[in-house]
Amino acid sequence: MFKKSLLAGVALSTMLTGAALAEGLSGDKVVIGVLTDLSGVYADVAGKGSIVAVEMAVADYGGKVLGKPIEILTADHQNKADIAVNIAREWIDTKGADTIVDLVTSSVGLGVQGVGGEKGIVTINSGAATVRLTQKECTATSFHWIYDTYSLAHVTPPSVVADGGDSWFIITADYAFGHSLEADATAVLGELGAKVVGSVRHPFPSADLSSFLLQAQSSGAKVVALANAGQDTINSVKQAAEFGLVAGGQKLVALLAFLSDIHSIGLELGQGLLVTTGFYWDLDDETRSFSKKFFEKFGKMPTMVQAADYSATLHYLKAVEAAGTDDGKTVAAKMKEMPVKDAVIHDGKIAPNGRVIHDMYLMEVKKPSESTGEWDLYKLVKTVPGAQAFQDPAKSGCALSQ
Amino acid sequence: MFELLGIPPQALFGQLLLGLINGSFYALLSLGLAVIFGMLNVINFAHGALYMVGAFVAWYLLQYAGIGYWGALIITPVVVGILGLVIEKTMLRHLYKLDHLYGLLLTFGLALILEGGFKYQYGVSGQSYPVPAALNGGTNLGFMFLPFYRGWVVALSIVVCVATWYAIEKTRLGSYLRAATENPKLVQAFGINVPVMITMTYGTGVALAGLAGVMAAPIYSVNPLMGSNLIIVVFAVVVIGGMGSIFGAVASGYLLGLMEGLTKVFLPEASNIVVFLIMVVVLLLRPAGLFGRER
Repeated sequence: MFKKSLLAGVALSTMLTGAALAEGLSGDKVVIGVLTDLSGVYADVAGKGSIVAVEMAVADYGGKVLGKPIEILTADHQNKADIAVNIAREWIDTKGADTIVDLVTSSVGLGVQGVGGEKGIVTINSGAATVRLTQKECTATSFHWIYDTYSLAHVTPPSVVADGGDSWFIITADYAFGHSLEADATAVLGELGAKVVGSVRHPFPSADLSSFLLQAQSSGAKVVALANAGQDTINSVKQAAEFGLVAGGQKLVALLAFLSDIHSIGLELGQGLLVTTGFYWDLDDETRSFSKKFFEKFGKMPTMVQAADYSATLHYLKAVEAAGTDDGKTVAAKMKEMPVKDAVIHDGKIAPNGRVIHDMYLMEVKKPSESTGEWDLYKLVKTVPGAQAFQDPAKSGCALSQ
Repeated sequence: MFELLGIPPQALFGQLLLGLINGSFYALLSLGLAVIFGMLNVINFAHGALYMVGAFVAWYLLQYAGIGYWGALIITPVVVGILGLVIEKTMLRHLYKLDHLYGLLLTFGLALILEGGFKYQYGVSGQSYPVPAALNGGTNLGFMFLPFYRGWVVALSIVVCVATWYAIEKTRLGSYLRAATENPKLVQAFGINVPVMITMTYGTGVALAGLAGVMAAPIYSVNPLMGSNLIIVVFAVVVIGGMGSIFGAVASGYLLGLMEGLTKVFLPEASNIVVFLIMVVVLLLRPAGLFGRER
């Protein structure tokens, strides 16, 4: 009995592999997995909103690709790489997942990208920050969509330095993401001739950051930069206002802040803060119309991560259509050939290392008097072309772009 | 200008004062925990969640009823206290006969449910709660800028801690309570309604957590995770002070706030573990805690 079912299993898996290699769709459908943080610290940055964005992309595409249905899987990875990798394997092995998107949190992103590379499944990261995703650890089927630590460090700091901010104090979250952001920012500041007068690493997460802010205050640096994320950034900004950092003449820079963070901080405390983003709902008619539809479904404006999930899903489906198959490597190659063009990213192209190169935006948080509504939070300071914002793929160390 | 251990004294005083402010929260929360453990022998794991509920009640009052900070300071502890009464009456009460662990498990489950519910409703980014207008701004003390609101937090928490300690150690009601803890049957035989007293004690203990929640709302963002971030440290504080010792909980709350403040200057990366290191050392040298008695 056992032997029989084993044989059947072998036969079945040969058939499945055979199907994947041939033209057409494995399992006669395209399966998109949305693997995100549904309950933890990044649940507002990505989370349920990411699922909504992917559903919108599928609906806007027409619900079918190559005349076959599109299925969406969703799961909560709890920001744990081991859990995420297990879910990804299960999806690929037993549920026929053809692509996995979102993947917020750097450790999760790196882990699942590894699985995708090994199994030839397209992984599209729109949530995690680490630039390592498109460096040594890149794979033939991996993509990084909207931002990374390199672009965060190359959009805001140069503009602040140009405005006379030539001495910096960096407050860093003491884990991989914070370290990598601090390193990228320090390198840029060095190139620009600005001085980093001090830095401090705080435990992650920290509810009370006043002690570190006080150290920044007494350092006399003109600019205080926050290399942290989410709740830590929210509390840093609130408490910096409380302790009069900005009132005392220092400039506060959040190297990574999402729309949901600024919404939570509020304009009263957040005003004047500079933010780097790959998407903002109120940029032009296209972004407004997409975001309005998103808002009607979800009740919140999309963060850049959620918007990126929409863009990435659409682009993936277009590539499947063009390639005539859902075979990972074929689709990935097609994705890199085609320009990224949709309501979120109007004019993007994909480098061989999987990096989507597109315009980044330097935003300033509005004063309460300038804002006309709950979500009217940013004004555009500068558009930074993709080639300037993102790392030169040839220098990334990814074997695919050598 | 002289320096102390390589740090200018101004910076050091500033950090010590900040430590004292954080210590105020530790003290308020560990006070409630100590009261509940001392009188009921329940390890109230829901304390952090009820602190979070306190902050949310303050936010609701402002958002939907237009009641500001000062009103919330009175109303919130009452609301959270009543929630505590309900929890004690309907659930906790049935577990007194069993091992302590059951109370811990029940309250832990409650904490998860409360946090999950709020997370589902409000996400994790948190809500903004403004500092009350009367306490806006701050003053320059020479060595640091002290926001008025933080000064108020320290003052209020000292008053509340001293008042609670006085009520339990020095008043007639307090003596009934302590007697009921030692020998509930005998105290009941004297005509004192012990079950009601225990219910009220639990309500008061969690009301203190609610009060701390209101006080925290203007400083931290009001979010569902705020309690679970704090509760572990607060448990360590109670253990260091001596389980059940009111004075110990308060004193070690302030003391550990100060120690943490110092660590943030000398070795910032270690500031979230210093409390636990101290706990290990204290447990090795004095298993009953700094101010606890062996039972």
